[in-house]
Amino acid sequence: MALMKNLKKKSLAAMALAATATLAFSGCASTDDAGDKIRIGIKYDQPGLGYQDGKDYTGFDTDVARYVANELGYSEDRIEWVEAPSANRENMLSNGQVDMIFATYSISNTRLKTIDFAGPYFVAGQDLLVQKDNTDITGPDSLNGKDLCSVTGSTSAKKIQDKFASNVQLVQQNSYSDCVVALNAGMVDAVTTDDIILAGLGATKANKGELKLVGNTFTTEKYGVGLPKGSDKCKDINSAINKMVETGEWEKALEKNVGDSGFKFNKELNPPKLGDTCAQPTEDKK
Amino acid sequence: MSFGEQLSTLFDTYNVLGAFWVNVQLTFWAAIGSFIIGSVLALMRISPVPSLQFIGTAYVHIFRNTPLTILMTMAILGVWTQFQLQLVSDFKANFFIYAVIVLAIYHAAFVCEAIRSGINTVPVGQAEAARAIGLGFFPAARHIIFPQALRGSITPLGNTLIALAKNTTVATVASVAEASGMMKSMIEFNSDLIFVIFLIFAMGFVVIVVPIGILTTWASRKLAVKR
Repeated sequence: MALMKNLKKKSLAAMALAATATLAFSGCASTDDAGDKIRIGIKYDQPGLGYQDGKDYTGFDTDVARYVANELGYSEDRIEWVEAPSANRENMLSNGQVDMIFATYSISNTRLKTIDFAGPYFVAGQDLLVQKDNTDITGPDSLNGKDLCSVTGSTSAKKIQDKFASNVQLVQQNSYSDCVVALNAGMVDAVTTDDIILAGLGATKANKGELKLVGNTFTTEKYGVGLPKGSDKCKDINSAINKMVETGEWEKALEKNVGDSGFKFNKELNPPKLGDTCAQPTEDKK
Repeated sequence: MSFGEQLSTLFDTYNVLGAFWVNVQLTFWAAIGSFIIGSVLALMRISPVPSLQFIGTAYVHIFRNTPLTILMTMAILGVWTQFQLQLVSDFKANFFIYAVIVLAIYHAAFVCEAIRSGINTVPVGQAEAARAIGLGFFPAARHIIFPQALRGSITPLGNTLIALAKNTTVATVASVAEASGMMKSMIEFNSDLIFVIFLIFAMGFVVIVVPIGILTTWASRKLAVKR
């Protein structure tokens, strides 16, 4: 009886797999037709990176996506923007709901199990955003006794509590913009996540000149282009990104979108030099 | 990875039981709070004083028709950030209390209506008899109407409690580290285990909610007023 049940479970799983596989394939096939659209997943709520501004989509992620799509043969009117919230990104790729994702998407070993990454097109690092006149927060280890805001479902704040400052108080908000509201009101002392995201928040009209980045990064996050598993586009996308860097468009896009915050990207790690292959899993560092 | 291994990976990395325990605590305190507020509201709505009736009705209509997420966001972004009202200095406790208050305020509207439906099961003769032996509004309500009404409203109160137990997931908006927030980080960082993750949280809520349902069905039979 138990064996029967097991068999049943396995065949069910196989059926589910087959179903998702066909979905994924049909998703791919439809984009190769000339005149068809390419669906690109971006964030809609991250100013400076991926942001829905009325009918327009602005930000560094969208600019890189436009450039890459153009190099792949899709002009801007053939891009269909799709919102890709953090928690749904892998699923959207494996279900074929989007063809690529440019959404502050860090390459990680866990994610590489289910999807492929081209790039990275930017190397970010975790940093802190504080009020302009704050001087006592200089890095993650100066946060003891301070109030720190981050987003539900992200581990960046927990990392600080575990590794740098055990006495930090954590607030988890729904979005980083909510965190910035709390920071502006003085209810938290700092907001933490990747430096470029913070720079995007600091560069918005309302916050310009009010907030500053501490500039002491303590992690490396490689933002890749999310692709369905087994994608053959890595080479083309990587050379498109390389071309964007060489022509200076890359730095221009960065300056335009997040420059107003006074953000200086890490010049040792950026711009990344890309080869022909998709991102490979890194050795586990224990 | 086998199913068992996937399960143990998740349970090793995340304090799943701890997160569900937060939901249980939220349910417990919010249930007490909403029962107290809801009873007062029900009293106001059946009272002979028009202004009290109006306040009770207005409360129920306003809070029953406002999405809980919006109330929670208003409490945090509005009351906490803008009015800077910190209830206790410890953040964790502060947000927990905020969440309990909002949950209690919101569900009180439903508790009030559940109790009122119970009051409707009490025959008018009971109230008339109470007045006839000289009891005023409060003594009559306390000794005659409410005991019978509560027994008649166990099933709708149970439904409200079940809704409350599931609605505690909205507390994640108020920065309370509970199950749904944990599910969000699990999906983001262990997306390869997505089916197991869903299973854990679906089962977790079944484990919390089913006993409430069984208990209230049993209690409503056992305590029903035989007429």
